[in-house]
Amino acid sequence: MRRLVLVVFALLCAGAAAQAPRGAPLVERSWLPLARDGVHDPRSPAIGLLQEPGSALSALPADTAGNQVRWVEALRNGSINPRTSLRPEAQVRLLDSDIYMDRYGSVPVVRFPHREHTLWLDCGNCHERLFKSQTGANNISMLRILQGEQCGQCHGAVAFPLTECSRCHNTPRATLNRAPAARQGANVP
Amino acid sequence: MTGRALAGAALLVLAALTPSAACAEYGDVLLNRYSDQGGVRPVVFPHWFHRIRFRCKVCHDQLGFEMRAGANDVRMSDIIEGRFCGMCHNNDIAWGAERCDLCHSGRPGLKSGVYGGHQTTGPGRW
Ligand code: HEC
Ligand code: HEC
Ligand code: HEC
Ligand code: HEC
Ligand code: HEC
Ligand code: HEC
Repeated sequence: MRRLVLVVFALLCAGAAAQAPRGAPLVERSWLPLARDGVHDPRSPAIGLLQEPGSALSALPADTAGNQVRWVEALRNGSINPRTSLRPEAQVRLLDSDIYMDRYGSVPVVRFPHREHTLWLDCGNCHERLFKSQTGANNISMLRILQGEQCGQCHGAVAFPLTECSRCHNTPRATLNRAPAARQGANVP
Repeated sequence: MTGRALAGAALLVLAALTPSAACAEYGDVLLNRYSDQGGVRPVVFPHWFHRIRFRCKVCHDQLGFEMRAGANDVRMSDIIEGRFCGMCHNNDIAWGAERCDLCHSGRPGLKSGVYGGHQTTGPGRW
């Protein structure tokens, strides 16, 4: 069974790599018009007034899954600049540390970047209800993620979907072993 | 945690990879706790549209939206009084509550929940 999981994992990663060579422009993206997306009522008078997803998203950095937008990149390169607060006095908290999760020898290590998350989210969206802020204290498992818990609360709903295995399982164990100091929640500039 | 369960899960992900016929834009949330009963179309909330303008923390931290489809008990009266969507849809930050159709644009009869392409989430979804 374990082997089957690994084969599936390898296939998915290979598939993803084949679809999206790094840096290369993606050939074709398309978005369903609202009238045919199955959720909007085609007879609603709002069709024609609401913005079509393709008209906004096609201008943003390309991805193969989810919204077909690489949201992290869109924020980084300034193609979007969403507001961080409605009130000027609201406190904005950022954290710039990576956490390496390597409790399972069978899959590539997960590097969880606080930076990319806290640009979008507040600490309170994850701590302490979803995750205790203590390395290794959360017993994170793929099954629970796939059921919509832990990382799966956002990934699979709004943030990039769980089909993108290698975006989380992003660090080959070999590279990690060479830098043991960076293993556990070390600060990365 | 059994290997069997995991393999099953991995296969389900594979199944999710094949696009289905009708799929909303990824992250669209349908709110239909009261709309059908109230005789209006259910509400479609598009994450893609709002996240271009606001970071998650604005709604899910500062404005207090629970991050779980169906977890916010939103009534039309709340919105008119400036709560939930009404914190922005007040003719100040965005257009106001009188533009019924822009929010109530969903297909009648659909269940509340998050819709969209490669969805995998939600307790009991599988
Ligand atoms: C943080 C502020 C904020 C909140 C909260 C908010 N919206 Fe919006 N919404 C906006 C802004 C800004 C726009 C764009 C207005 C414009 O184009 O003038 C918008 C536009 C929309 C649109 C139109 C999208 C299009 O295609 O033009 C819909 C539909 C919508 N909102 C629904 C909702 C619903 C439903 C809720 C509550 C569940 C909600 N919004 C909560 C700020 C907000
Ligand atoms: C998207 C979810 C998420 C957000 C947002 C988030 N964290 Fe974390 N945090 C985690 C996860 C996951 C771990 C690792 C827990 C584990 O190893 O089991 C963690 C670990 C930690 C730890 C313990 C490890 C360490 O580096 O010392 C601290 C402290 C922490 N977070 C603080 C914060 C603060 C402060 C913020 C806001 C600026 C924040 N986190 C925002 C998910 C999040
Ligand atoms: C509260 C919501 C939330 C949770 C929980 C969460 N994430 Fe994220 N994550 C996001 C958002 C939003 C982004 C920005 C990219 C996007 O939306 O696709 C992101 C981005 C990432 C990225 C960066 C991808 C890149 O392109 O650089 C990684 C890696 C990642 N998440 C891993 C994780 C892991 C692992 C966990 C669980 C330990 C987790 N996330 C939990 C919301 C979340
Ligand atoms: C949102 C981030 C994310 C994505 C996407 C993701 N994983 Fe995971 N996965 C994790 C985290 C976090 C762990 C726990 C790692 C740890 O604690 O060492 C994990 C653990 C695992 C494990 C170890 C066994 C177990 O029971 O947890 C396997 C196998 C696995 N993932 C396979 C996959 C496959 C296959 C995919 C793609 C279909 C995938 N993962 C996509 C975050 C992710
Ligand atoms: C900013 C978005 C928005 C606008 C504009 C809006 N609504 Fe709503 N409305 C909602 C949401 C969200 C709900 C709760 C949906 C649910 O769970 O069924 C709701 C619920 C309702 C309900 C169900 C009963 C109740 O009391 O909650 C009725 C009826 C209703 N709206 C009528 C209207 C009418 C009439 C207008 C125009 C004058 C309007 N709405 C404009 C978002 C909006
Ligand atoms: C304009 C406000 C707004 C913004 C910005 C926003 N959300 Fe949401 N979010 C909502 C509303 C409204 C719901 C539906 C709540 C309900 O149904 O009760 C929701 C629901 C969710 C859910 C639950 C989906 C499910 O499967 O149950 C998740 C996860 C989520 N949002 C994550 C995010 C992430 C990640 C971001 C940033 C990339 C974000 N949201 C930005 C308003 C917002």
